[in-house]
Amino acid sequence: MERSSSSLWRKIRSRYDLVGNECKNCGSNYFPPRVVCRKCGRKSKMVEKKFAGDGEIYSITRIRVPPDTFKDEAPYFIGVIKLKEGPMVEGHVLENGIEPKIGTKVRLRFRKMYVEGDEGLIYYQYKFEPV
Amino acid sequence: MIMRDVAIVGVGMSKFGERWSSGLKDLMAEAGIAALEDANISSHEIEMLYGSTMASGRFVGQEHTAALMADQLGFHNIPAVRLENACASGGSALRQGYIAVASGIHDIVVVGGVEKMTDVTSGEASTALGGAGDQEWELFQGITFPGLYALMAKRHMYEYGTTEEQMASVSVKNHDNASKNQYAQFRRAITIDDVMRSKMVSDPLKLLDCSPISDGAAVAVLVPLEKAKKYNDTPIKIVASAQASDTLRLAERDSLTEIKATKIAAQNAYKQAKLEAKDIDVVEVHDCFSIAEILAMEDLGFYKKGKAAKAIADGETTLNSKLSVNTSGGLKGCGHPVGATGIKQAAEIVWQLRGDAKERQVKNAEVGMTHNVGGSGATAVVHIYKRAD
Ligand SMILES: [Zn+2]
Repeated sequence: MERSSSSLWRKIRSRYDLVGNECKNCGSNYFPPRVVCRKCGRKSKMVEKKFAGDGEIYSITRIRVPPDTFKDEAPYFIGVIKLKEGPMVEGHVLENGIEPKIGTKVRLRFRKMYVEGDEGLIYYQYKFEPV
Repeated sequence: MIMRDVAIVGVGMSKFGERWSSGLKDLMAEAGIAALEDANISSHEIEMLYGSTMASGRFVGQEHTAALMADQLGFHNIPAVRLENACASGGSALRQGYIAVASGIHDIVVVGGVEKMTDVTSGEASTALGGAGDQEWELFQGITFPGLYALMAKRHMYEYGTTEEQMASVSVKNHDNASKNQYAQFRRAITIDDVMRSKMVSDPLKLLDCSPISDGAAVAVLVPLEKAKKYNDTPIKIVASAQASDTLRLAERDSLTEIKATKIAAQNAYKQAKLEAKDIDVVEVHDCFSIAEILAMEDLGFYKKGKAAKAIADGETTLNSKLSVNTSGGLKGCGHPVGATGIKQAAEIVWQLRGDAKERQVKNAEVGMTHNVGGSGATAVVHIYKRAD
């Protein structure tokens, strides 16, 4: 189903630069950013925070049967990445000859996510590369 | 506070499967009329309906499905509410029906779940189901449902040494049970080898680790226990109804090797029923993927964390063994029309406790449980049931 691209542009700084946030009330870090801190609720004080993108693979799979939007990209690795600042993030793990497995260190990369149809927009986002 | 006890006096389901010649209305009617006949009740006596569908708008372009079900079953002008909680829509509707009767607001409540999933391509179905997770940060990146459960499976394998063969044994058991169920989508047995050789969907999960895309409906009739004998000689009392939620996004959970919402709902359910895991004789758990049944057996308290996979592979949960699990065939064998599944689970337990489960009857079944999960674990619903005759 085609959606307006505005839903994606709204989070463009997070998608391009791994900008999440931090709660100044309790110190919790969030990526993707939350409007309200899970721990503090209405007492939360959220401020932007840019994450470095260094982390390690906490779990990993290779998706071979994709949703329609990714039919030209499959198969692709998806990992749960534990960022060094704390948050756990799901993201694509790039293939560079290093086998991505639990414990593998990764760093941030910026790559094409998918193309919307033959003449549609090209979406970009962070991905992770084994190091 | 529970105002009064609630019993199920009628259940019905449609055949699950690829029902090319049946639409949403046909499936609703097939299950609905069966449930009314089972309760020996007329359409005009029904006071309220909770209808569950997960994604009928995506699958067949139809919203407003609870009013549609009331309309199709001849429940003229009664209040009808649609309930959507992803794959836990059915269990959630059952719980709302229970609350409506327990509170004293309504006497006779119908809960009905339906999903018509096979009219779309598998890619479209995958996108529709993906909406049960976090659309912005999971589905947008091409993370499918098998992908989310594969991430849980990989971590479970890493932490506890769970193997792909052990996971495969869940599907083998559930197909074996389904072969004895006239309503099941797959009425054929499979082997560990069949599962291991099936196409890889999302490592380590293969096609036969995954529940199918299905059409189907299931309906139950709820009344106050004190009036139940009027409708059925063997009413089944709901002795616990519990539900919990968690983060939509998998990565943000406290652990990838448990479904915390299941643990919380189960603890509440045991407390309400004044029972423990060892008291359960038969249970329908949410095996949307083979790993999900392993997690469920641990999170519901039947096994310690990391111990369920071996026990299942050793045959401890086959029909009439230590604990009979997913006698209907589960989501894997019986099929998984998402909005209907939670109510189908209740129907199976009602048949088991009445002694009406035929070839798949669990001997001396007195206490049953159902466990219904939404998404990758953002909702879990647990009910416990007992005979009340
Ligand atoms: Zn906080």
